[in-house]
Amino acid sequence: MSSHTFVLNGERVTVEVADDVRLLWVLRDLLGVTGPKYGCGLNVCKACTSHINGKAFNPCSVPVSAIKADDEITTIEGLPATVGQDLHPMQEAWLETDVAQCGFCQPGQIMTAVALVRKVKAEGRAITDADLDSIRNICRCGTYSRIRTAIKSGAAKM
Amino acid sequence: MAEDLRRRRFLGYLLAAPTLAVAVQWFDPPRADAAVPTLPQPEELFDLGDLQNLAATPTANLVSVQMNRDGSASFAVPRAEVGQGITTAVAMMVAEELDLPLDKVSITLADARPELLMNQLTGGSNSVRSIYTPVRTAAAIARQQLVATAAKQWGVKDSELTTRNGVISHASGLTATYASLAVAAASSKVEAATVQLKATADFQVLGTPQNRIDARDIVMGRKTFGMDIQVPNAKPTMVRRPPTINGTVRSVNNTAAVLAMPGVTDIAVVSHGVAVRADTFGQCIDGLRALDVTWGPGTVDGTSDASVLAQLKKAELPMLVPGLLTEVLDAEFTFAFASNSALETDNAIADVRKDSAEIWSSLKVPIVAQEDIAAQLGLPVGAVKVHVVQGGGSFGRHLFHDVAAEAAEISQKMAKPVKLMWSRTDNFRQGRTHPMCTSRIRVTYALGNVVSYEQRHTSVQTEFSHGLGEMLTSFAAKLPIAGNLSFAESIFLLTQSSPYNFGVTTQLLNEIPVKFNTGSMRNIYSPNVVTAQELVVDQLAAKMGKDPVTFRRAFLRDARLKAVFEKAVSIGQWGRALPAGVAQGIAVHSEYQGAVCCLMEVDARPETVNRPVADGVTGPRVTKALLVVDPGFAVNPRGLEAQMIGGINDGIATALTSSLHIKDGLPLEGSWDNYFYTRQWNTPPDMQVVIAPSGGNPSGAGELAVAPAMAAVACAYARAVGKMPTTFPINHGTLSFDPLPTEPSTPQSPTDGLDSAF
Repeated sequence: MSSHTFVLNGERVTVEVADDVRLLWVLRDLLGVTGPKYGCGLNVCKACTSHINGKAFNPCSVPVSAIKADDEITTIEGLPATVGQDLHPMQEAWLETDVAQCGFCQPGQIMTAVALVRKVKAEGRAITDADLDSIRNICRCGTYSRIRTAIKSGAAKM
Repeated sequence: MAEDLRRRRFLGYLLAAPTLAVAVQWFDPPRADAAVPTLPQPEELFDLGDLQNLAATPTANLVSVQMNRDGSASFAVPRAEVGQGITTAVAMMVAEELDLPLDKVSITLADARPELLMNQLTGGSNSVRSIYTPVRTAAAIARQQLVATAAKQWGVKDSELTTRNGVISHASGLTATYASLAVAAASSKVEAATVQLKATADFQVLGTPQNRIDARDIVMGRKTFGMDIQVPNAKPTMVRRPPTINGTVRSVNNTAAVLAMPGVTDIAVVSHGVAVRADTFGQCIDGLRALDVTWGPGTVDGTSDASVLAQLKKAELPMLVPGLLTEVLDAEFTFAFASNSALETDNAIADVRKDSAEIWSSLKVPIVAQEDIAAQLGLPVGAVKVHVVQGGGSFGRHLFHDVAAEAAEISQKMAKPVKLMWSRTDNFRQGRTHPMCTSRIRVTYALGNVVSYEQRHTSVQTEFSHGLGEMLTSFAAKLPIAGNLSFAESIFLLTQSSPYNFGVTTQLLNEIPVKFNTGSMRNIYSPNVVTAQELVVDQLAAKMGKDPVTFRRAFLRDARLKAVFEKAVSIGQWGRALPAGVAQGIAVHSEYQGAVCCLMEVDARPETVNRPVADGVTGPRVTKALLVVDPGFAVNPRGLEAQMIGGINDGIATALTSSLHIKDGLPLEGSWDNYFYTRQWNTPPDMQVVIAPSGGNPSGAGELAVAPAMAAVACAYARAVGKMPTTFPINHGTLSFDPLPTEPSTPQSPTDGLDSAF
């Protein structure tokens, strides 16, 4: 048991837990932050996608000890606050397109989409079909085409 | 149908309650469809949905629409919501007949209610079909009662009042909100009432595209799934599982050492493994991996794809038509095992006490779960409370309550509440599967006519022990199919029919009793049966020197199918010029009283097939997908389109990429990079759904698109490569991944996640 401190959705948190427990379980089981979902625990399905210092990552595959005290972890719950709105433009785009079916993968899909659009913008270009093809997040309901539409629409407003 | 509804009055009951409450008989009267022209097959006369409706007949007056003091209406729907959009569709029905804004309607999922008998089963794409009339009747009576109450208070006639957005108005300027009348409109005794439903032409909500009612919660990460529910002291729990399907525990050799691990609180041996309860799921994984277990045998030890296929071949039923004076076309197809696992792995919370138990899980047949779990725990049914929670997908998996029963067993043995989660690997390797099957077809033809069509489907048995079987037993005598058929054979006959005028047509099922964990996967038999059929139709067309569309146009016999077919041919530009290696395929399907035509374009050129994607399979790409659907009436066109898009991606997966490989009594697949469900790099960049309703009541929708989508992909692929595939998915022969170890049953999570941050 040791003490781990980091910034979660804008607030500093400290948890007592063994070093090697993956961040996903610290978030879900100890801190009650359930937006990031378990779909595999293998960094494959991407249902837990969140941001670390603005970059997309998968907390199922990161021990809590690898998170530094000043690292800013953003989950879906904290995404709107990063733009000072009730909803992030990507979340708005998700609503306009009515993307979700069961909704289990969608928090991860949105977090991936935001990071992808930021990355593409930083490269000074527009999002392409090849960029969309590179998204690894599983949607077992098969909402892929609406996700593609929503990302293009959300990107225009980011 | 609209005229019909105007004439008819529907019956409901005002309940004695503090605020207005209206109950209805939970049953949609049997439809009286137009006769089918020639030699109708069982599915056309009476299908699985009709069976479910028939089974619900005796259940009366048991579901109710409640008007609340704040002017909102609530309804607890006795169904599961697993992404199919039933809660949104039901909210629309209530909003329509009550003249209430959609956001003032609250829909929850009902707990298991044994008194509903078999009418609490979500499956067979039957929900909207069975709910459409009763829910609207209850809401319409509620509106009628609110109007009557206001009219009485104001001393005017009911007919002088109008309702809009939850407000009643009179020409004099008098207005009253539903909120102000919710108590006054309540009845002090149970009283029958009848009502006319709105004509389709007057609909304001039904038939208009609406977003999911839970969409906002979903995008904010607030929708609560089973794993997100907090029950006091229900700590994370997982199971170390055997290396073969349904294996058993001989002994656990290091219990004390594992109990001493960080976070671990309890260990218990259960039917098919060893359960570990801990403070976090991560510590459950550590604990279960550290267990030293000696395993006993499972139910299919030593089996492999090849051994199962050999058994199937031995069980294939013979063809009957010799084809002496005709040309004969024979074909045989093999379909691999497939997984119906959702993205959310199976999970359940159980709190079992000495004399009671409480269960939370996504269950499509909660009544059967409640009965079985009560028997297993040695408790009366009434002492077991079963809550139906929101599911992160189902695809047939949640027809069974395996995980809820296991959670109950563990909670009873540990004498503590548990939150049981199956790992991803558990879900693929020990969870339910769509069984391997073969489909043989013989067609005889002469002088431009098809004389006979015989299809012999042979499958590892599909389990239907979740309630559909009970339904069939109770109502067998009323079904228009003869003989002493098994549950599976009956369901096969109730769901399958050939859409073509092919003379003498027989489609039969034979099953082999091999003890895999099987169950329905979205659309059950149809994707395989229809894919085999449509590939043979293309072959037949070629033999007769006709193009696939010209041939189908000549032989299709149903008017609704012909209509969607012609629309697809035209919108999809059948026959347009495409490069060599790229081709179109077309397929039709009718089920659940809906009609679909799917037109796909597949690019099978080497540069596409071999495009690189790390840890994934690429293969041929469906570049364009068009689906034209006649749903009768589309309750929510936006939701219907979503179901069609999902079905298309399922069909693409089962045709091209996703299957389970069985080796030594266990599937090799353990992650989503092994089980290749459609990914972004496989999905069609051009996806179009056209909704072409022909009128009447809504058809089923949840499974409707899967079969024609799979068949159209297969047909397009066959035309692109110039050779008909006979094994599905087409990549099954090549193992495209390194299997995860079979022991320990759940792999350790990686630690290098930050390396791939972007």
